[in-house]
Amino acid sequence: MTARERIAGNVANYVDERTGAAAWMKKNLQKVFPDHWSFMLGEIALYSFVILLLSGTFLTFWFDPSMRHVVYEGSYQPLKDVEMSAAYASTLHISFDVRGGLLMRQIHHWAALIFMAAIVAHLMRVFFTGAFRKPREFNWILGIGLLTLGIVEGFLGYSLPDDLLSGTGIRIAHAIIQSLPVVGTYLSFFAFGGAFPGEVFMPRIYIVHVLILPGIFLALIAAHLMLVWYQKHTQYPGPGRTEKNVVGYPLMPVYMAKAGGFFFIVFGITALLGAVASINPIWLYGPYNPAQISAGSQPDWYMGWLDGLVRMAPPIETYIFGHTISWNILIPGLIIPGILFTGMALYPFIESWMTGDKGEHHLLDRPRNVPNRTALGVMSLTFVLITLINGGNDIIATHFDLTINQIMWFSRIGVIVLPPLAFVITKRICLSLQRRDRELVLHGKETGRLVMLPHGEFIEVHEELSAGKKYSLTQHVQPQAIALVTEDRQGVLNPKGIRAKIQARLSKANAENIAKPTATELKELESGHH
Amino acid sequence: MPNELEPLADPGLPEHIHRRADTDPIAAKRAERQVAVLFSLSAAGTLLFFYSFFFIKEDLFVFIPVIGSTNAQQLGIGLGVAFGLLFIGFGAVHWAKTLMPDQEVIAYRHTMRSAEEDRSEFVKAVKVGAEEAGLGRRPLIKRSLFAALGLAGLPAVVMLRDLGPLPGNSLNETSWKTGTRLVTDPGDRPIKASDLEVGGVAQVMPELAPGKERHLEDIAKDAVLLIRLRPSDFQLDAERLSWTHEGIIAFSKICSHMGCAVALYEQTTKHLLCPCHQSTFDVTRAAKVIFGPSARPLPQLAITADADGYLIAKQPFTEAVGPSFWERKS
Amino acid sequence: MKFISKYRRHKFATPVLLLIALSALGFTFSAATAAPNQSAAAASARSTLIEEGKEIFLKGCSSCHGLNAEGAAIAPALIGVGAASVDFVVATGRMPMQDMSQQAMRKAPVYNEEEVAALAAYVASLAHGPRAYTNEEIKWERDGNTAEGGELFRNNCAMCHNFAGQGGALTQGKYAPTVMGVEARHIYEAMITGPQAMPVFNDKIITPQEKLSIIKWIKSAEAEPALGGAALGRVGPVTEGLLVWTLGLGLLIGIAVWLTAKAR
Repeated sequence: MTARERIAGNVANYVDERTGAAAWMKKNLQKVFPDHWSFMLGEIALYSFVILLLSGTFLTFWFDPSMRHVVYEGSYQPLKDVEMSAAYASTLHISFDVRGGLLMRQIHHWAALIFMAAIVAHLMRVFFTGAFRKPREFNWILGIGLLTLGIVEGFLGYSLPDDLLSGTGIRIAHAIIQSLPVVGTYLSFFAFGGAFPGEVFMPRIYIVHVLILPGIFLALIAAHLMLVWYQKHTQYPGPGRTEKNVVGYPLMPVYMAKAGGFFFIVFGITALLGAVASINPIWLYGPYNPAQISAGSQPDWYMGWLDGLVRMAPPIETYIFGHTISWNILIPGLIIPGILFTGMALYPFIESWMTGDKGEHHLLDRPRNVPNRTALGVMSLTFVLITLINGGNDIIATHFDLTINQIMWFSRIGVIVLPPLAFVITKRICLSLQRRDRELVLHGKETGRLVMLPHGEFIEVHEELSAGKKYSLTQHVQPQAIALVTEDRQGVLNPKGIRAKIQARLSKANAENIAKPTATELKELESGHH
Repeated sequence: MPNELEPLADPGLPEHIHRRADTDPIAAKRAERQVAVLFSLSAAGTLLFFYSFFFIKEDLFVFIPVIGSTNAQQLGIGLGVAFGLLFIGFGAVHWAKTLMPDQEVIAYRHTMRSAEEDRSEFVKAVKVGAEEAGLGRRPLIKRSLFAALGLAGLPAVVMLRDLGPLPGNSLNETSWKTGTRLVTDPGDRPIKASDLEVGGVAQVMPELAPGKERHLEDIAKDAVLLIRLRPSDFQLDAERLSWTHEGIIAFSKICSHMGCAVALYEQTTKHLLCPCHQSTFDVTRAAKVIFGPSARPLPQLAITADADGYLIAKQPFTEAVGPSFWERKS
Repeated sequence: MKFISKYRRHKFATPVLLLIALSALGFTFSAATAAPNQSAAAASARSTLIEEGKEIFLKGCSSCHGLNAEGAAIAPALIGVGAASVDFVVATGRMPMQDMSQQAMRKAPVYNEEEVAALAAYVASLAHGPRAYTNEEIKWERDGNTAEGGELFRNNCAMCHNFAGQGGALTQGKYAPTVMGVEARHIYEAMITGPQAMPVFNDKIITPQEKLSIIKWIKSAEAEPALGGAALGRVGPVTEGLLVWTLGLGLLIGIAVWLTAKAR
């Protein structure tokens, strides 16, 4: 035994005698993880979270969350002797008078944007492949929770420097709180310690941003990962892959090296962005003053869709018995997002009700094989994209020679007309792709080689797919529609009534697929092959 | 059409294809060297960081294509950290890809559902435990317990009462009173009617009493926009017209939608645009909303001139300024 | 031909073709929308500045602004706009307008300095109006205060021209142009005359001293290096969000594809 082996043995013994760790370590060091690039999107989010914790902690050593007034005495000349809050001044101090301060600020903010983008990309992957189905519905809900909290955390984070752009965002958030019926004015005065902007809002959101929300994040992320660990990761269908196994690489050493390496890569790319691309140049925005505003004021991208919704809202307020209800704020600011996020969170249950599918699933769907779900997803993306575009309508107008009025009207009408259109088009495309798969399995791949037959006809030679590929294209289970039972043999009506009818109709739409080729069809073809 | 009968059979995992480094020791050595180079590049990056941090002057700027002229120290520190991290990652991944075993491994899933006897034992344990607690048989305990728990949670909420004062009437009041002089913002200079040209705009605040300071909370309600048109441009009723002075009209600058500063004035169209959500207001018709999500016009401030010719407020605002709220009457 | 058919099914064929097509489209578009190179109008026999200006006016401006600058349906009257207006709009190339759109665009000036001065003298002779300025007399470097200028800019200008003077959208296709790369005298004249949709900021509302500070701040913002890295247009979170999805997540996904691909 070498010296190194002896020492390692002693350490392992020491730990095991106190924790019994060998038992669960032996199992988990060999845990198998399927390998696909689309499974790394969640990892990007996770690593970005770690980067946020590290860079954020650095920033807290210099940031002063106070709104008391100071006169700027730092090195950025264009703001010399200007009155501003201590929060803004300390952010300027970090940016210009702390070596590496601006880099860390930028790494922190880029990491936040990447965090949200990765969450959205990961959500799309999980949605389009059906990874949210039983037994993973609860993990999906955790994910939606992380998405929602991420939006809030990011908003609070970039509001901390108290600059003109983020202060405007706070003004708008304040208006949303204030517009709430009955309790709005009380809540806003409690939140801001009085009239807007007050002096306590920054210190309060600071604690939410650095303590409360990160704590909740850690808990939710831990639960999210533990579920993935225990339930084992899903995998794409393919030869050798079944609902009862996981095919991939063991945690040690391959997965550790790849995932660990990927952490360094994500950190490195984020640092690279922080080094070469300026983000949130608060010294140009100036300190927040409620009487000032900049043209082209937008929130960060993950809130852009909310801004777009508010911009396109019809100007409706109702006045009843001496009270005002601002529908033009409540509907786009709270009601629509509330419906969207609740719908998203409950989607696994909605889908299992629609399809009648109550089974456990560990093999992922190819999006084309579930046209209804894929079309629904594209429809939602279209909605978000249009609202996002409207959120940036003034920047788009100046850069593409359009008018904000045109873009606004395009968005108002488009947001109602385009999503259903996207649904129909996507579903048709999925069905066409299914047809193509069927052709591939039955007739093979085009090779581009032409052959002239003796009687003069030209044909293109087709290459038969390998057995593995044929299997991949036909492994999926095609759903059956739920048979609608309106009354039983005694003539008693179905107690579920209209709900059963709707369910049956939806499941029929869901079962609309191009029949996949069976082994018998293949054999018939081969025997009569040209 | 059901087609689960006779689906295609599973051909099993495809045959493993060996990488060059698996069979050829020279290729393996080459891969090893590549990994070492990548790790060394990381070390070089970290060295760049140290050099930039301690030896590059803080006021040195370099020109980089695409980026522009940027602070050299900041760029050096950033690139140093970035490369230091990035190449460790690239090295580790390259090592795993080329040298570590890439034979696919199969593990088996266990069903999530517990064994039947575990489930029944669990149900039994819960039932026995509940029996022993006796809540079901002792409704008095149950009711008093829930009452106590429910009440005990209330102090946590009530203690938040002192987060802020009650709004009272403050949302309906601003610093503008009868006779308050209009002064420029910034500068605090009082304004005569002749100071403002037709087509001109002035950012305005109420004059401060001597010795007083202007707080942001006041600015958030008091900010006013002063615009001069030709008197013939107005399409106002008699009362609103009396609130103008020689073609000069004053509006609250705080948007009636969500409170941003509405200061974007288009001289040609006589429209005000709020850049936050594009609410557009027609100045000639008392800031009536003609586009966008705002539901109310901007409150108009009645102005006139005092004995010296300086513009003053004729009366306070007749309605609350800023965004709407529940208690707002119209 | 053989080359093309040999690589017809190469896995990079589609991206390369796409790149070629997009580049061709871009170049064609740039070429087609390039402003036509107009030669300056030649002045005829030497006369006084005003007469020279009147000649240039009749040739190049009267078709829209009327023979006596009285205006028409498509162009406003120029009586009383002053030399400042003329110097601003003509020397920045806004006039003559390239097309009858909502707004006059800054472009390469058609008339040289001498011709601009002549036009300005002629229009000034029609009625009293604000005078033109020279860059030398605007001593912004000596008398302006950058920090004060920034405060003034954010209070009076940023709502249209954006926090960094990059410009912004107005209604119905109008826009506040960027104030970067504009001569000091033109910034001054624009404030004084309020061209097109811009309001008038005369010397009582923004004093000459304050105007110098504003110009000094604009020049300092113009000269400010790309602190922290590429400025991404200085228009705020929109371009930052675009970069994150393309260079940020896009790059990371590309790396993830490499990471999970089998080594050779």
